[in-house]
Amino acid sequence: MDWNLLVTQLMNGLQLGLLLFLLASGLTLIFGIMDFINLSHGSFYMIGAYFCGTVVAKSGSFITGVIVGLIGVFAVGALVEWLIARKLYRKDHLDHVLVTFGLILIFDTLVHLLWGASGMAIPLPDVLNGQLSFAGLVLPTYRLLIIVAGLLVAAVLFILVTKTRLGMLVRAGASNRTMVEALGVNIDRLFLVVFALGAAMAGLAGMLIAPITEASIGMGNDIIIVAFVVVIVGGIGSVKGAFYAALIIGLIDTLSRSYLDQLLTLTMPDNYAETAAPALSAMLIYILMAAVLAFRPQGLFPIAGMK
Amino acid sequence: MLFRIIRTVLIAGAITVTGIAQADSVKIGFVTTLTTPAGVIGEDMKNSVMLALDHIGNKMGNLDVELIMEDDGFKPDIGKQKTDKLVKQDDVDFVAGYIWSHVLLASMNSVTGADKFLISANAGPSQIAGKRCHPNFFSTSWQNDQTPMALGEYLNQEGVKSIYIMAPNYAAGKDMAAGVESVFKGEIKGKDLTKWGADAQLDFSAELAKARASGAEALYVFYPGKAGGAFIKQYQQAGLQGKLPLYTAFTVDSIALPKLQAGKLEGVLGSKMAQQWSPDMDNAANKRFVSDYLKQHGRYPSFYGAQSYDAIMLIKSAVEATGGNLKDKDALRKALMAADYDSVRGRYTYGNNHMPIQNFYLREVVEDAEGRWTTKIVKTVYENHQDLHASKCKM
Repeated sequence: MDWNLLVTQLMNGLQLGLLLFLLASGLTLIFGIMDFINLSHGSFYMIGAYFCGTVVAKSGSFITGVIVGLIGVFAVGALVEWLIARKLYRKDHLDHVLVTFGLILIFDTLVHLLWGASGMAIPLPDVLNGQLSFAGLVLPTYRLLIIVAGLLVAAVLFILVTKTRLGMLVRAGASNRTMVEALGVNIDRLFLVVFALGAAMAGLAGMLIAPITEASIGMGNDIIIVAFVVVIVGGIGSVKGAFYAALIIGLIDTLSRSYLDQLLTLTMPDNYAETAAPALSAMLIYILMAAVLAFRPQGLFPIAGMK
Repeated sequence: MLFRIIRTVLIAGAITVTGIAQADSVKIGFVTTLTTPAGVIGEDMKNSVMLALDHIGNKMGNLDVELIMEDDGFKPDIGKQKTDKLVKQDDVDFVAGYIWSHVLLASMNSVTGADKFLISANAGPSQIAGKRCHPNFFSTSWQNDQTPMALGEYLNQEGVKSIYIMAPNYAAGKDMAAGVESVFKGEIKGKDLTKWGADAQLDFSAELAKARASGAEALYVFYPGKAGGAFIKQYQQAGLQGKLPLYTAFTVDSIALPKLQAGKLEGVLGSKMAQQWSPDMDNAANKRFVSDYLKQHGRYPSFYGAQSYDAIMLIKSAVEATGGNLKDKDALRKALMAADYDSVRGRYTYGNNHMPIQNFYLREVVEDAEGRWTTKIVKTVYENHQDLHASKCKM
């Protein structure tokens, strides 16, 4: 057993999990509080990457890119809520799916028109392009930064949800929307802020992944399905659930990619194992979701009072 | 009964109309990927096809060329639908293009079944080179295994003892891995086939960590399109540059290099790959192709483009050899088989399975005189190389 490799893979899983958390936390809040299925949440992820990339290309500073990008995505999120989502909360889920699927197409085409089909590479400052090594472990600095940033955002979000008035309203809204409305809270403004905040977090995830994979059209559509899996496994509306579920799924995905082929060679010939392993590891998280839905349909960490 | 009469009349009418249209033009259908992030490859092919038509004045002999481009959306089912449309509705004479092996495999029978000609400008799956070979199929690229075989041979020549392999989990990915494995004499320390398709895996952290831990001397990868750029970035960020030398097939190309340069990813400079063509090849046809492409698009064409350019030129040579008689399929086939045209890779011949028998070179990523990153031929690895599947083709 190679312990260094195992630790490295655990860190890789943690990094993937935290990225998923950034996406899923907004999704679960919007889903839980507003009862709104937003398929186009992944578009914010893409837009974040493109905004950040454009600013980095102009200014040369990655930090500036992230800050301007966050403000930009927050604004786009607020605009989408105000113009479109707001009118849909009281409608059927099918309407949500249809409209937000349409939004995906619109955003993808807009990006295609503005930035072209070829995608955008985001250069990193030299400090972040290196590696850190300790005790025989070598990890890319940038991946560590993603882990730190992800944990930081998770902590801030945790404080925001548990310790502030906004968070109290959010939790109350997730448990019982009608009651919050009846108490005279400006629910429109609350929804606007939550939606835009969720969009900004998805945008941040996009900005963080883009220097690794580059910004491309439809990048959000690939990952949004996994983010929905996180939401369902964690429990709809539960930020804590999203956090743990994202880490579980990040680790399952990374570790199965790392070790499943070796495991399978114990039971079948090598050439079967090497074909079966990637297929099976791609399936594992859905198997987990199916199991959760079968045995604990409210999710692993449901919020109290959720119907 | 009445319906049947009307239908017969309509069909007869349609046949006459297309019959007339066929007399003064060559209809070429071109299937590639124009949407999805892989659309950048299709764009390069399209640019090159347009340039080829420009160079020949849109004429083959005294026939006008009518080109119909179709987008396969990176999906085998869409590719087959579009191919069916080209064959049945547009009644084209040639269908060319196809980036992806799985799209080509799904679409091939639609073309050959209608007794039309199919010219693959990229994909070369082992099945079509072997058991499923067809008299009406020709390739202006290669059989998938050949390029990695050339790379494996080079690794042997360099005395590399062990490698780690990474490739996407689909028809060509398996061919690309198998190609190196069939030739390489050292040890394969490990192999990862990663998820591919519209939601392909682009984060290779787990696989790169495995490759590093495997203790292999070198890393061989096949990641076409945008995955290639992503891979190179992560390879550099993981600090493997200099520790685990990188050898690639169809990963570092003229589409990826300008973006890698913009991202200052110097890790790719000096990386080596095998290929049947390179922008710096010294022949008249290639010089004209590369310099005009550079003028129009501000960057070098990729091998996808070179093969697409060749596909048009191959069709032209056959149309002209038969005096523009597109009905004489046997004569066309014979003319295609002769490969009597100035390919941008230099002259080559066709094997019994209609795959090129050609040279393979080792290319290295370098900076050109104007500071642009491009590839340069270092040496010839294989001369007149034929793929291994030819013997399985009964033709």
